Amino acid sequence: MWSVVGSLVPVVAGSIYFFGPSALLVIFAASAGALLIERLFGPKNAIGDGSAAITGVLLGLTLPPGVPLWMAFLGGVFGIAFGKLIFGGLGQNIFNPALLGRAFLQAAFPVAMTTFSTPGGSWWALRGDNFALPLMSAAPTDVITGATPLGLMKFEQTGTDLSNLVLGSTGGSLGETSGIVILVCGAYLAVRNYLDWRIPASIFITVALLGGVIHLIDPVRYGGSLFMLFSGGLMLGAVYMATDMVTSPVTKVGSWIFGFGIGFLIVVIRLWGGLNEGVMYAILLMNALVPFINRATQPRVLGSRTVRVMT
Amino acid sequence: MIDQGNLEFRHGVHPPELKELTARLPIRRMPYPTEVVLPLSQHTGKPAKPIVRVGDRVERGDKVAEADGYVSSPVHASAAGTVTDIGLWAHPNGSYSEAVRITVEPFSAQATRPRIVPDWHDLSAKEIISAVQDAGVVGLGGAAFPTHVKLSPPKEAKIDVLLINGCECEPYLTTDHRTMAEYPKRVHLGIRIMMRCLGVDRAMIGIEKNKPDAIEAIKATLPTDLDVTVHPLTVKYPQGAEKMLIKALLDREVPSGKLPLHVGVIVQNVASVATIAEVFETGLPLVERIVTLTGRGVQRPSNLIVPVGTKVRDLIDACGGLTPDAREIVFGGPMMGASVANLDAPVLKGTTGVVVLTDAECTPPETYPCIRCGHCLDTCPVFLNPQLLGSLAKVGRYEEMEPNHLADCMLCGCCSYVCPSNIPLSQLFQVAKVALSKQKRAA
Repeated sequence: MWSVVGSLVPVVAGSIYFFGPSALLVIFAASAGALLIERLFGPKNAIGDGSAAITGVLLGLTLPPGVPLWMAFLGGVFGIAFGKLIFGGLGQNIFNPALLGRAFLQAAFPVAMTTFSTPGGSWWALRGDNFALPLMSAAPTDVITGATPLGLMKFEQTGTDLSNLVLGSTGGSLGETSGIVILVCGAYLAVRNYLDWRIPASIFITVALLGGVIHLIDPVRYGGSLFMLFSGGLMLGAVYMATDMVTSPVTKVGSWIFGFGIGFLIVVIRLWGGLNEGVMYAILLMNALVPFINRATQPRVLGSRTVRVMT
Repeated sequence: MIDQGNLEFRHGVHPPELKELTARLPIRRMPYPTEVVLPLSQHTGKPAKPIVRVGDRVERGDKVAEADGYVSSPVHASAAGTVTDIGLWAHPNGSYSEAVRITVEPFSAQATRPRIVPDWHDLSAKEIISAVQDAGVVGLGGAAFPTHVKLSPPKEAKIDVLLINGCECEPYLTTDHRTMAEYPKRVHLGIRIMMRCLGVDRAMIGIEKNKPDAIEAIKATLPTDLDVTVHPLTVKYPQGAEKMLIKALLDREVPSGKLPLHVGVIVQNVASVATIAEVFETGLPLVERIVTLTGRGVQRPSNLIVPVGTKVRDLIDACGGLTPDAREIVFGGPMMGASVANLDAPVLKGTTGVVVLTDAECTPPETYPCIRCGHCLDTCPVFLNPQLLGSLAKVGRYEEMEPNHLADCMLCGCCSYVCPSNIPLSQLFQVAKVALSKQKRAA
C-alpha cells in the first residue's frame, strides 16, 4: 500500500504549491495523529502495511489550509481509533477512516472547517492560525479568506473560471484543488490494479449527467457538468476515498452501483442540501450500504442456478 | 474446420509458464532403479488387494494386486524382481499406506512374459473396456480416476462428444506436450479406441497455444475417416480443468456437483489416451509413465519414461541430483501439486511431474489482513467468493462455507495466486474440506 502513499506525492506537492507551508504542516499533523494511534493501539507492525499513512495523508488533504494543527492531529486520531481500530483493524472497518475523521472535525469545529483562504499573497505566509492552542479561539490573521467555488455557486450564483478549477488555483481544502493531478495519479493506480476504475468512472458519469441535465434546466443557479466534476472534493473523493478497497464492494457490478449511488448523493447534497459540498457524506452513506451491495451482487457460481445467500 | 478464435473460459490467471526448461527435450528412458515400491492406492476408489506373497518372483507386467470392486484398479509390477515386503510405505500424499516392495533384479532384460496382444478391431466395446480395466489404466492427468469407469457411462447419459485434454496449463510441466509432439499417432489410436467404446462420433482435442509443435504434430496425423478436430486454446490457468475445458470448447456448463457426463461429455487427458493405445499396441499394462522432472532445483531437468513405483530419490539421481539451493519437492505442478517431504515416496500412475523448487521460490511472503479488494472474485474460474470463504475458514466456521459452495471449489489456487495480502486461500479451503468430510463421517 506504500505505492498508494507514493501516488499521493504529486497531489501533496500540488497542495504545497498552492497553499505554501501550511499545507505541509496540516498534512503532517493529520498523519502524525493517525500513525501514533495505529502504533499505540493497533496490531504489531501495523505501521508497516502503510494503511495508517494513507489515512493520515488523505485526511490532511481534505482539511482547509488554515485549520489549527491540533485539530488536524485530533482528526487523524479519531479516524484511526473510531474509524478503523474499533472495528478490529485493517480490513474490518465499515467507513473510510479518513472521511470519518473529517466528519468528526466537521461536526466538532464547523467554523474552522469551513474557513478557506484564497490562493495568493506570499507563498511563505501561513493560511490561517495553524499554531492556535487547543480549545482556544484562533487569533485573527490577515489572510484573505473567501468562499469556495461551490459556495460561490450555491449562495451567490457566481461561477468560477473552469481553467482555474482544473488547475487548482481556487480556494478550498488542500487536496480539493488540482483535478488534473489527481486524475493522473488515479490513472496510474488503476493501471497497477490498486483501485477499481469502475468506481470513479461511475461517479463521474452520474455527476456529469445529472449535473448537466439540471444545468440545462436552470443555468444560472446550477453549474454545468465540468464545474460539478472539478469543483470541491469530488476528484479526491472519487479517486482516493471511494475506491478504498476495504470500504467498497468486492464485486464489479457492486462497484458500479456504489459509484452511481455516490454520484447521485453528491449532486443531491450539493444542490439541495444545507451544505455546499457533499462528497464526504455521500461516500460515508454509501460505505454503510456496501455489505448489502455485496450481498445483492454475488456472482452466479458456475453450473448453479441459484445465487448464494451470504451469511 | 480448425477453430482459430480465442477459445477460453472466463476469469483465471496467467502465471509464468516456466516450461522452457523441458519443453524441447525429447523423452528418454531412465535406468531401472534397484527397488520399486507400488502403493496399492494409486487411484481414486478402493485400494487394490495384493495377490503376491513376500518372496515371490515377478516379471515386469505381472499383476501384483487386483482391483477390489468396480471403482478400483489393479497394480502391476513395473520391473522384474522379488517381492521383499508388503507393508506400510511413504505415499506422496504424506501418509503411510500399504505398498508392495519389489527388489529389482540387476542386469535383467526386463522383457515381459510373452503375451498375445488382441487386435482391438475384433473386440466388442465391453471386451475393450475389460482389457483396459485389466491393464490398470487410470487417468494420468493427476486425479487417477479408473479409466474403465469413465469408458462405461450409465445408459441414461447421452454422450455426444469426447474431449481430449492437451492443455497442460500447470506451469513447468511438459509431459502431455512431449507425448503429443512425439507420439501423435498413439494419441490418435487411443482416441479411436475410446470413441469406439463410447459410441461417439465426435472428438475434440484442446491444446493451449503455447505448444505449437504439439498442435502441428497432432494436426499432421489427424485421421481422415473420423470427426476429430484440434482446437488451440488461449494460454490461461486452469484451462485444463475439466469444467473449464468444456466451457471453452463447447460452452456447456457442468451443473454444480455433477460430472461432465451430465452434459454429454467425457474428458480424457492425452497421456491416458496414449496409454490406452499402448495397451493394445504392446499388451503391456500400465507399468510406466512419462514424468517431467523439472524446476530450478534439479541439475538436469528432463522428460523421462519412469517405471511406476520409482522413488523420487532415484528419479532425481537419474537427472544429476539436486542443486545446492533446492528446497522443496512438489508432485504435480506448482499451482495444484502437493509438496512431498519424503524422498522415498514413489512416483504413482497419476504423477504428472515432479518439480524441485529453490529457496528463492518457496520463501513464504508475509501475510496481511484481507482488505476486501475483490481480486479473488475476479479470478475464480467457478465464480465463488473466495474472500467470504476465506474469512469463514480463518475462524473455523466450516459449516457456513458449505452453503457458500465450498464443494464447487476445485482448489486451483487462482485466488491465492492473486491475493495482494498473500493469504493462502486455497490451502484454507483444502483444510476446510477435509474437516467437513471428517465431521460428516463422524456424524
